[in-house]
Amino acid sequence: MVDRRHFIKKAAGSLAAIGGLSLWQRSGLAVATAATESTELEALPGKDALLKKTYRPPNYETPVNYFDDLFTPNNRFFVRYHHSLIPEVNAKDWRLRIGGDAARTPLEFSLEQLRKDFKTVEIAALCLCSGNRRGLFQPNVPGIQWGSGAMGNARWRGVRLKDVLAGAGIDKSALEVTLDGADAGVLKTTPDFVKSLPLAKALDENTLIAFEMNGEPLPHWNGFPARLIIPGWTATYWIKHLTAVNVISRPYDGFWMKTAYRIPKDRFASGQFSSQETETAMPITEMVINSLITNLTEGQTLPADKPIEIRGVAWDGGHGIAQVDVSTDGGASWHQAALKQDYGRFSWRQWQHVFEPKRPGAYRIMVRATSHSGASQPLEPIPNPSGYHHNAVQKMTLRLA
Amino acid sequence: MRTLLVLLSFFAATATAGENQIVLKNRPGKDQVVAQCAMCHSLDYITLHATVLDRAGWEKTVGKMIAVMGAPINDADKQVIIDYLAQNYGK
Repeated sequence: MVDRRHFIKKAAGSLAAIGGLSLWQRSGLAVATAATESTELEALPGKDALLKKTYRPPNYETPVNYFDDLFTPNNRFFVRYHHSLIPEVNAKDWRLRIGGDAARTPLEFSLEQLRKDFKTVEIAALCLCSGNRRGLFQPNVPGIQWGSGAMGNARWRGVRLKDVLAGAGIDKSALEVTLDGADAGVLKTTPDFVKSLPLAKALDENTLIAFEMNGEPLPHWNGFPARLIIPGWTATYWIKHLTAVNVISRPYDGFWMKTAYRIPKDRFASGQFSSQETETAMPITEMVINSLITNLTEGQTLPADKPIEIRGVAWDGGHGIAQVDVSTDGGASWHQAALKQDYGRFSWRQWQHVFEPKRPGAYRIMVRATSHSGASQPLEPIPNPSGYHHNAVQKMTLRLA
Repeated sequence: MRTLLVLLSFFAATATAGENQIVLKNRPGKDQVVAQCAMCHSLDYITLHATVLDRAGWEKTVGKMIAVMGAPINDADKQVIIDYLAQNYGK
């Protein structure tokens, strides 16, 4: 918190504006989503029109048909913020500060130093909001009513957090690593969006401070100039506009760890976070096994006399996708889909299945992914108070005429 | 600096064309809702939850905005806001 305020003071000169004040566009289009109501397509500066959930803080999801691309283009990548004050960070003035009571030597890095002093690596990874598909829970659960588009797959390029932390002298007492970004609430009293990671996850070789996405600098709305990448874990930990990383010896007790982004314990198969667990609840961690059809829409009409290709993506929290099965008869029989190229266990995996309809009529399509850990999707979503981890088997009706 | 940020945020609020097109129902309590809620977030947070929150849900949400998010809303306004949201945007 202190670090963030300090940063904002320091960066005052570079606070050109709060994210793109004058450039808002409005397309005026409206499309129906799988959720309860129609959602407007609106473009943030530098972005294509996306499905607007809220203006301020900006929350925009990607239309599902864009997921037909292996990597989600930067200008079509979803946007999710908790705070309304989002400084446009000047890369030259940006500094990353490393500290905390379990770091012996506080450090400060410019973007140039990060690029120069550490080995650069690239990882393909899915960035997925914990609440993706929350709008599909019945009964509805409070929170942004996301459809299926609060996610995107990208190639992230940056440096390993463990390399950056190495020079700080991590003390034996280190327990967690906190992450803070430059965005802030309007009121001083609003809890700053700070997350923590177990030390081992922070030091995992796949945990990156990324400054490039799909070969280009991060877009402003996706965390320019640098953000955390924690492959396999939900996006709540992928702090944007990263400014401070602190190595600490006690469980971080801020609102966004202690109260928010929590799930009932033992309801999902996911990674542990023992220092943040109570008897009944734990922080959300790894993504769960899931899949999505990307080339067809609910209720679509297609000719019955041609083979029909069903395409989509499947993902999990890092075990990798072993198998995707498709049913065209409402789950009575299942057929193994063909998996396309593997881009690593943190990327989503594209799949494809072609079926030849025997006669016209309504066809109930279902898709179910299985991971290398053996986990598979449930038929119905698993209820939880905040509407996280919606990974029910997708069901879609096609009309063949 | 904080003052500057707050000013900027209001500027942002008035500068977003789309946000200005959100019109809440013109009923008693609307002024308090707009004044208090739009300080920190756009009013589509309210319309987004019309199919989600009943009166008890709105009470809990407004309570959270005050107790957790630090919204400076006094008890009288709190009740006006809850009544307005429950009556006009309750499921």
